[in-house]
Amino acid sequence: MDRLPQKTFEHVRKPGPYALLALLGAMAFTIGTVLQIRVAQWAGRSEPGGLLQTVLGNGRRLFANHFFVQADVYFHSGYYPSVFDAVPRNRDRSHLRQKEHDHDDQSEEPRGDAPAQDESSQHEKEMAFLREPQDWIDRFGRRFMVTSHQHLEGGKEREMLPWLKIAAELDPEQPETYLVAAYWLRDLKRTDEAEKFLREGLRHLPNSHELYFDLGTLFYEDRKNMDMAANLWELALKKWQAAESAEKKPDPLHLNQIATHLAKLEETRGNTGRAIELLVIAKKVSPHPEAVQTWIEELRKGGPRTIH
Amino acid sequence: MNIVFAIAGVVIKELYRRKDFYVLFVMTAVITLAMGSVRFFNDPKIALYLKDLCLLLIWISALVIAIATTARQIPAEREARTIFPLLAKPVTRWQVILGKFLGCWAACGIALVVFYLFFGLVSASREQAWHATIFLQGMWLQWSMLAIVIALCLLGSVVFAAPSSNATICFVIVGGILVLGRHLHKLAMQQPEPLGSIVTTIYFLIPHLEWFDVKDFIVYNNDSLRFADCALASLYAGFYTTFLLVATWIVFRRKPLNT
Repeated sequence: MDRLPQKTFEHVRKPGPYALLALLGAMAFTIGTVLQIRVAQWAGRSEPGGLLQTVLGNGRRLFANHFFVQADVYFHSGYYPSVFDAVPRNRDRSHLRQKEHDHDDQSEEPRGDAPAQDESSQHEKEMAFLREPQDWIDRFGRRFMVTSHQHLEGGKEREMLPWLKIAAELDPEQPETYLVAAYWLRDLKRTDEAEKFLREGLRHLPNSHELYFDLGTLFYEDRKNMDMAANLWELALKKWQAAESAEKKPDPLHLNQIATHLAKLEETRGNTGRAIELLVIAKKVSPHPEAVQTWIEELRKGGPRTIH
Repeated sequence: MNIVFAIAGVVIKELYRRKDFYVLFVMTAVITLAMGSVRFFNDPKIALYLKDLCLLLIWISALVIAIATTARQIPAEREARTIFPLLAKPVTRWQVILGKFLGCWAACGIALVVFYLFFGLVSASREQAWHATIFLQGMWLQWSMLAIVIALCLLGSVVFAAPSSNATICFVIVGGILVLGRHLHKLAMQQPEPLGSIVTTIYFLIPHLEWFDVKDFIVYNNDSLRFADCALASLYAGFYTTFLLVATWIVFRRKPLNT
């Protein structure tokens, strides 16, 4: 070992490696500054939907409808038409926001509002998709499938919620998903979650009169906060009118719903003038204008009110 | 019959020596538990989506185990040339077919028991209820259906050259029947002749595996099925299984075994 020549460290004096190191450092800094802005943007996206949005892009909307339908399947406990059954394609989905006893009980609805009875019978017709069995295979096979039309009840409606949550994450711009989920969350006395979900919907759909109306209803019925409810319904009314001005053809029955609910609230608060203004708006689109007219006349007379 | 049981025993041992079952069970358990840990709207009582997912995974896993195990039985014996000493014992070809079938069916049964025990635990932990009758009916019907699938796959293994092609064709047929079987007669009515008649004939000839899928009854906690209906469905499965096994034997008894 002693015979071996001793080697000392040779100090690098060439500037090349230092320049390369400095260049790499500068590049890392530059990329860091660029990425930081993007990371901030990613963080601002809807929380769990961000990944799905990044992976699936706009294709996620196709899956969103599937999950919304899955919620409907759950609502019917598996009794649901397949693509092979003769059922209208654009089926009415309002039944998803109706409890069994709602079909008969409409005492809470303001006068002049659209009746739920017609929707219910329409839904019954749509769901009568099972024809008479055509052969013994068909007849016997029905013993192993759900063949009776029933809706979830007694708190079991919560079982639809996971599918609605996923549907909302996949397509956050579908107001119906928020409306259905919020309806059942409120029914299950989970008002905070319902409000949070509706507000999440409003972040994606800031011009949705349906969402403002439902949020107002939540404040009116659950939180008993009349001022907040009135403000939100006024906002819903403005959003509806703005949508009409923009020729987006909003549902006139929804205007009727907003105006009659708001009129009822204003009447309770003693703002008769505003209530009449709203009823005039409602009368134009109401399916029962004569009932609205009677209501207006009662308000103008200032006589004793009947319970609406 | 002892010979048949001995062959079946070898097939069952093969199931627990191979990793297919373990992989599928772990995958099912991991996915189910991962999904179970997700809280939707802070509601711990939501259970149906988890039952639905778990049952779907059980159905997929059971089909994979049944088809993958069965498809390689006879081709593997022929390729390794162990079929010759087996037949020289002496063991008849019918006994080979029956032994392989019973082994695969029993192996699937064991796998199903493990899967359904797991499913029962998951379901009971969420719902605090044990719907034993419908669980057992669902498991029995699924096992009956697997008998038809195994017999079909065994027939495929003496008809097709490679296990992979047999397995693929079996998956397509079984998947097709499960999805379309119930609706073929509706499709037939919309088709022009002679296609309509052909589809109708297929509808009456195929084994209606979709009858045995009672996932909806289990998931939605519907009333249990009538035992008479389960018995009739089992008879139906027995008829198709016997028919397919006899067909397998007819093809296999004249088949040269040299590869």
